[in-house]
Amino acid sequence: MARAVTTQRKVFFTVASWAVALLIFFPILYTVITSLKSETEAIQGFGLIPSFTFENYVLVQTQNGYFKPFMNSVVISVGSTLIALLIAVPAAWAMAFSPTKRTKDILMWMLSTKMMPAVGVLVPMYLIFRDTALLDTRLGLTVVLTMINLPIVVWMLYTYFREIPGEILEAARMDGASLWNEIVHVLTPMAVPGIASTMLLNIILAWNEAFWSIRLSAANAAPLTAFIASFSSPQGLFWAKLSAASTLAIAPILVMGWFSQRQLVRGLTFGAVK
Amino acid sequence: MATRNTSTLARFMMAPAVGLLLIWMIVPLAMTLWYSFQNYNLLNPINRSWAGFENYYYFYTDPAFWQSIANTMTIVLGVLAITVIGGILLAILIDQPMFGQGFVRILVISPFFVMPPVAALIWKNMIMHPSYGVFADMARWLGFQPVDWFGQYPLFSIVIIVAWQWLPFATLILLTALQSLDGEQKEAAEMDGAGVLSRFIHLTLPHLARSITVVILIQTIFLLAVYAEILVTTNGGPGFASTNLAFLIYRTALLSYDVGGASAGGVIAVILANIVAFFLMRTVGKNLDR
Repeated sequence: MARAVTTQRKVFFTVASWAVALLIFFPILYTVITSLKSETEAIQGFGLIPSFTFENYVLVQTQNGYFKPFMNSVVISVGSTLIALLIAVPAAWAMAFSPTKRTKDILMWMLSTKMMPAVGVLVPMYLIFRDTALLDTRLGLTVVLTMINLPIVVWMLYTYFREIPGEILEAARMDGASLWNEIVHVLTPMAVPGIASTMLLNIILAWNEAFWSIRLSAANAAPLTAFIASFSSPQGLFWAKLSAASTLAIAPILVMGWFSQRQLVRGLTFGAVK
Repeated sequence: MATRNTSTLARFMMAPAVGLLLIWMIVPLAMTLWYSFQNYNLLNPINRSWAGFENYYYFYTDPAFWQSIANTMTIVLGVLAITVIGGILLAILIDQPMFGQGFVRILVISPFFVMPPVAALIWKNMIMHPSYGVFADMARWLGFQPVDWFGQYPLFSIVIIVAWQWLPFATLILLTALQSLDGEQKEAAEMDGAGVLSRFIHLTLPHLARSITVVILIQTIFLLAVYAEILVTTNGGPGFASTNLAFLIYRTALLSYDVGGASAGGVIAVILANIVAFFLMRTVGKNLDR
């Protein structure tokens, strides 16, 4: 009897959750569907079954040169993530394993730099970039995104490193392991999962950053955010093509995002919710 | 514990991160502050002079400034209301026993990973377009006149788009917090005959309080800076109807080339964000002590 009731409840909640979830996901689903329609089909009114044409995906490349902004996005997001890790790993390591009285203050201060609104420094950044010829270069955007995400990277790594028990370190030291050996053979294997998750989340954040990447780039270094934003100018209705470009732009990051749900919570709440 | 040697090493390891962030923070901020006291227009860069508080005066007496402040508040409060209330309800729903919970989670979290220009253009063209959007199709099917969302309710439309992007974030964080709620406590309350509503008010809500605070504070930081969504949908218009503070500063800086005015606006944006940041840091800092 009780079992029947729970099954009933379970079915009810399943139906309700699926309905709400599909509603929330609908705009993304509809974009994918529209990308498989022809342009005339796309504006013919509501329709969930496309004619499954792939011409838009071809047009996005042949007419709009999709590959260039895509590569810019890859280079900038992966590049800035790797540089940020290179700078952040030693810092987070030091803070996690030889904390001092000031460690907490330094962490909090790093977080506070993240709070600075981008528009607050738009003018000087623009002028600095103009005068150093960094405007519209991959290098310039990589530097900016490195600095923007550095505090989050340090924080995330710190919360992961702190979970590595210190006793293991001491045991290795007692056994006479040198600092180098200690790092390579004892700590690195334990730190790799944390570093990998940090990397994943950071690539997502860098890929989707849409203020500096739009404002500091033009034809040359424009990543996908700027490329898609350029579709907003009303030069006609190219919705199927826009949908194809959008699908291509979000698909890789969507898949990465699905795998990094937990890290997302941890990274974006600075360890406050785990 | 740390020997002199290791603490020197630690300092050495931290130096690049600390140094770079210090430069990153101080140099542009100092420049913004300096420019905000200058008459400096990029269209006429030779005529630079000391302006005193003139830029601030013009920026703050501009009706567009007050409208942008009101619009900023509307976006922040509107999105917070939708995402926090919706997030709590959604998290509770997903936390119930069901089939395919993992898949539901994946569907719900997805909008968060959609880059802002894509999210905004999907909504603008495919969903809310006055003649070809899904909403217009639905309205016609029900026998109503389709609504010109971005023409008539530009700010509301932007709130909807941004809320769609942030609802997954709130849901995911609250769901994580919900799942750490002790099952025994729930059962005990149920056995005591506590009703659904009373369990929610006395058990669930207090448990979620800290996560809700975190969600509100973090979202506020990002919501104060909404930019791309406005750029690709309304471009701040009609008039200044959907221009928030971030967008007004962008307009002043890169469309009017007024370096001094935009910098004065930048200074107030920094002050606003710092007020929020202060509370966020206190919450996170408290957590660090535990």
